[in-house]
Amino acid sequence: MCALSELKTGQDATVVGLRADHDFVQRLHALGVRIGRSVRIIRRGALNGPLQLRIGTTDIMLRHTEAALIDTAETAVRA
Amino acid sequence: MKRVALLGMPNCGKSSLFNRVTGASARIGNWPGITVDLMRARILLGAHMVEVVDLPGIYDLNGYTEDEQVVRDFLSAQPVDLLIMVINAAQAERQLRLFLQARTLGVPIVVLFNMADEARRLGISIDRDAFTEHTGFSAHSISAKLGDGVPQALAQIGHMLGNTVPSMPSFDALADADLEHALDQLAHQSIDTPVTLSARHTDRIDRAALHPVLGPALFIVAMALVFNAVFLLGAPLQEGIGAAFDWFRGAALVPLLAPLPAWLSGFLIEGIYNGVSTVATFVPLIVLFFFLMALVEDSGYLSRAAFLMDAFMSRIGLDGRSFVMLVMGFGCNVPALMGTRIMRARPLRLLTMLTIPLSLCSARLQVFLFIGAAIFPAVWAPWALLSLYLFSIAAAVLTAWLFRKKFASREPFALELPPYRLPTARHVLLRGWHEVRHFVHRASRFIVAGVALVWLLTHLPVGVDAASTASWAGQIGSWLQPLLSPIGIDAQLTLALLFGFVAKEVMIGAMAVIFGQETSALGDTLAQHMNIAQAYSFMLFTLLYTPCLSTLATLQSESRDWRFTTLAVAWPLALAWGVAWLAYTGLSALAH
Repeated sequence: MCALSELKTGQDATVVGLRADHDFVQRLHALGVRIGRSVRIIRRGALNGPLQLRIGTTDIMLRHTEAALIDTAETAVRA
Repeated sequence: MKRVALLGMPNCGKSSLFNRVTGASARIGNWPGITVDLMRARILLGAHMVEVVDLPGIYDLNGYTEDEQVVRDFLSAQPVDLLIMVINAAQAERQLRLFLQARTLGVPIVVLFNMADEARRLGISIDRDAFTEHTGFSAHSISAKLGDGVPQALAQIGHMLGNTVPSMPSFDALADADLEHALDQLAHQSIDTPVTLSARHTDRIDRAALHPVLGPALFIVAMALVFNAVFLLGAPLQEGIGAAFDWFRGAALVPLLAPLPAWLSGFLIEGIYNGVSTVATFVPLIVLFFFLMALVEDSGYLSRAAFLMDAFMSRIGLDGRSFVMLVMGFGCNVPALMGTRIMRARPLRLLTMLTIPLSLCSARLQVFLFIGAAIFPAVWAPWALLSLYLFSIAAAVLTAWLFRKKFASREPFALELPPYRLPTARHVLLRGWHEVRHFVHRASRFIVAGVALVWLLTHLPVGVDAASTASWAGQIGSWLQPLLSPIGIDAQLTLALLFGFVAKEVMIGAMAVIFGQETSALGDTLAQHMNIAQAYSFMLFTLLYTPCLSTLATLQSESRDWRFTTLAVAWPLALAWGVAWLAYTGLSALAH
């Protein structure tokens, strides 16, 4: 298990925990970031910039500080 | 009359649908207790006159942002007959969450699955019959952009309105709704998503647009294109409109007002008419700016620019979108201020609005080109100008950094990166049209009052020479001397600064009046009047001191907060004095 901010770029992972406050959890839910959903970091902005994430058909950007509040577990590599 | 409100998440295509349905008839509406502008239009649907209201795009009816509060305030104060729930079909599995909240309100809802064409390309299909069977709400598949399915959906809404009564939504059941479980269930029942999504053209564009090196370069090119297009196309239009106003004044207004007493016709022509027509020449720039911004925004590129610049901007309390607007401010501050509406958190928006007037706009550029050429040796003039641009950027960064705590934003930065889309001409043109009407409507009274005031100050008491030291403006200039002489600005230049408050464009013309010279001979007079230290101090002060009247009117109409507008005038004034004092003292010491 690791925080989303530490996840390797391009690695598929599953969201297993949201440690943000209530309001931000609601916002993440509305953006599709929910426990059990698959997430992937598409790229990282230069100079510690935001992360580009893909959840289903939605791409979002999150700053490191916010991504650190999301716990993920690596999804087994499909053959 | 029936009332229908459009509800949906950001990037669901709600505005496209609103524009398609209502066209150019839409107006900015004011509602008691609602602090932002909402678009509304009256249209005929079936047998009913219907008022259609475009609510801000929101993620969550229970949410904490200003937009979400606005939607709740609106729905708890204005009875509606029906809600049109717009959902991006390609993202239905998460956007249906808002529908699950909306259905607890107890108001009739029609669900429109928008962007059906995009969803189809991704292989996503929505079973509308299953959706209706499980939820009891009717649903349609549409493309607001192409118009597919819209007439059928409207026909059914018109039909349904025959049986509705205006009702006030109830928010009682909203907090208790179990969304996540119900959402999974509903998505499972009605949405079919392929296991792997095909690679999208957006990914290929992003590989360049978001590249660490190539991305910023492309961004600068894109901004330069917008910036140059506004001025290449806008400047001739601006001159044309100016010439048309001059012609009308000479051909019609002067003869028409000749019978009036000289002071009255002078007030009406030189005061109100000249002042207002100067400001009216901004309109083409605003039109073009908004056409181009609508293009950039609808294409999805703006959020990429925000991605690129966010790392730096977050360190000074702003975010990536603030940077885009600051760059736009180099053209004209007014549309850049209006552009900050894309920001959802009010503190962030206000902080951005506080920095935009410090951007060296094209009007100030005219003043600096003139003074620079008149007073600086030819070798130095371009460097003096470049240094002013650097001061402009530094002032914006400093301002944001100093006020970042006062305008601390609570909203976490979680922004969607929508796929690139080709905007439609119709949507872009309508956007520009709505913005211009809004600018004229809101700013007009403010501008008339301002130009009238400056004319009165320069022409009273009765009998004085216009803008002479005996006029009230001249007296104010004298009073301000203790304040402005330490930075090398004398009474006559102070008067020019008072005119510059109306519009920086009129400063050079005003100086011609003040020094009693034709514009052509003014340069030599100025060169005798000011040394380099004075000239540079005057330019720095002009750069920062106070936004022009159009900008001030926009600051007020966009913020609707007199305290903020006062801060946006007072802080740059203080900054201008400090910077000009440092420059004047330093340069004077160097000269000795």
